[in-house]
Amino acid sequence: MINAVGRDIPEEILKVTGKEVFQGVHHFDGHVYKKHGPEVECVINSNGSKMVDSIHDVLVKCGIKDGMTVSFHHHFREGDYVVNMVMKEIHDMGIKDITICASSLGKAHDPLVEYIEDGTITNIQSSGVRGKIGEAISNGKLKGLAIMRSHGGRVRALVTGETQIDIAFIGTPTCDEYGNCRGIGGKSDCGVLSYAMSDAFHANKMVAITDCMVPFPNFPAHISMTKVDYVVEVDQIGDPKKIATGAAKPTTDMRKLMMADYCTQFVVNTPYFKDGFSYQTGVGGASIASTISLAKVMKERNIRMRFGVGGLTKPMCDLLINGQVDALLDTQDFDLAAVESVKDLHHFRISAGEYANPFNKGAVVNKLDFVILAALEVDVHFNCNVVVDSNGMITGAQGGHPDTAAGAKCAIVIAPLLQGRTPAICTDVTTVTTPGESVDVVITDYGIAINPKRQDLIEAMKDVDLPFKTIEELRDIAYSIAGEPQKVQFGDRVVGVIESRDGTIMDVVRQIKPFEFDD
Amino acid sequence: MEIKKPAIAGTLESSDCQVTVEAGEGKVDFSLESAVINQYGNQIRKVAYETLDNLGIDNVKLTIVDKGALDCTIKARIEAAVYRSIGQIEDLPWGGAIR
Repeated sequence: MINAVGRDIPEEILKVTGKEVFQGVHHFDGHVYKKHGPEVECVINSNGSKMVDSIHDVLVKCGIKDGMTVSFHHHFREGDYVVNMVMKEIHDMGIKDITICASSLGKAHDPLVEYIEDGTITNIQSSGVRGKIGEAISNGKLKGLAIMRSHGGRVRALVTGETQIDIAFIGTPTCDEYGNCRGIGGKSDCGVLSYAMSDAFHANKMVAITDCMVPFPNFPAHISMTKVDYVVEVDQIGDPKKIATGAAKPTTDMRKLMMADYCTQFVVNTPYFKDGFSYQTGVGGASIASTISLAKVMKERNIRMRFGVGGLTKPMCDLLINGQVDALLDTQDFDLAAVESVKDLHHFRISAGEYANPFNKGAVVNKLDFVILAALEVDVHFNCNVVVDSNGMITGAQGGHPDTAAGAKCAIVIAPLLQGRTPAICTDVTTVTTPGESVDVVITDYGIAINPKRQDLIEAMKDVDLPFKTIEELRDIAYSIAGEPQKVQFGDRVVGVIESRDGTIMDVVRQIKPFEFDD
Repeated sequence: MEIKKPAIAGTLESSDCQVTVEAGEGKVDFSLESAVINQYGNQIRKVAYETLDNLGIDNVKLTIVDKGALDCTIKARIEAAVYRSIGQIEDLPWGGAIR
């Protein structure tokens, strides 16, 4: 069945998943539903401790068995030890057919491939996967389906009960013996626990795993003891060097600086750039550079930002230090400067649900004026691909891309026209993650294209001296340099589903097959 | 032209390709490893055969390890490898066999 972005979703996949095809970003606006709640095992006695000796013992206490769904968060990023630690124990106990529901999985989790191959793990739900897990899925090694969800979409799946987590494993930098978790302090400081907050609300069992016990009460708790069944202390929950890195050096790549400059010029010439505007940006070199150059213009014109959102890095936190923004709303900290900034009174932690869940009574993304995003591919319909590379391999994550693009008044995607030989602007993206109706502007090193449905932005830019082109012209320039790319030769089997933030199917990912020359 | 000794041109840097030519076994023996093989594998093969044709070579083992090079780069690397293989590094036929 053809969906609203023109992708043909196989009937068998609709049947297996029980899902509908994507019908437009606002299709579910006003939708009414009943929230789903978890099982709760009451703790009324006053014995006083929820401590359990080991991961193994806690798995036994939680009644781990074949076919269960376990969840994890990715605040420790490439420094995470928790996922591998728990999955090794589950594997060693001989448990099979586990569904992993993670907010994201990265290269740190390459060891899981062994468990995918031997049937310990048969389903994966995640924002995306990188590294060897992505290769394993694309090569058809996962028995079930990989479901890729945006950060907001994941919370929606938990809230509606589409996914019921049996056991949530929450790595927490500090914890007390009764389960009050804080994302800050200890030796594995990640600043916030935003993605895990939804798990705490919706998992039947919740296990806090920490390497830094503190006396009760660990307040103010980011995840309350009222949601936690057990606490396990381990030697190390992560590698601090890979959890929060030093601030990335501002890029010196002239191409990225030029795109950042185009972006800032565009932003300041829109009607939204005025005192009290709101802004989110990603962590790519050009995005960070555009935040730095935007800060300069804000200072010159005496314009303040009301709030900044994100995945935060140093340049965003500098806005707070320099008094250029009233508040930062934080779902994830990418560097030490961001972890440090969380201690500021005007730097607020928000849950992934508050941030982006389309099925609550309004998320923060809906209040965004600007979001600056990146993409692996953008097509002439403005659809973006951020999950599958141009060779068809799963290699990225949705993150908040579709959430913020849908919410922001002006969603800007920065992409170099060519990535090596691969055109970033093409006729049809390999796989759609963010629908073109949410994407307003594409900025490349060869020019800027405004989505024709945004005639207001085209009008606002008519006297602005920037290299405006149509999206088709950008594609044609790319093809004139690199040649027109052929479509990837996929196999038939669907290995992954790109889920829209509202739970419908945006696209499917098929198994890759070895390249064969024509004739 | 006949390939006299094995020769190599190019690097494994991004947007470049490394081309190796060796004496053939009576035909063109083409092998390609490419970062963009799905999108440009057929195009790269076409460029390689055209380039060999221009150079008048029909007996060669040609190996390309491509890191996303454009057609012009691939062509130049093949030409360089071929002329190195016959020991000709001066008086190259610009505008002739090298176009």
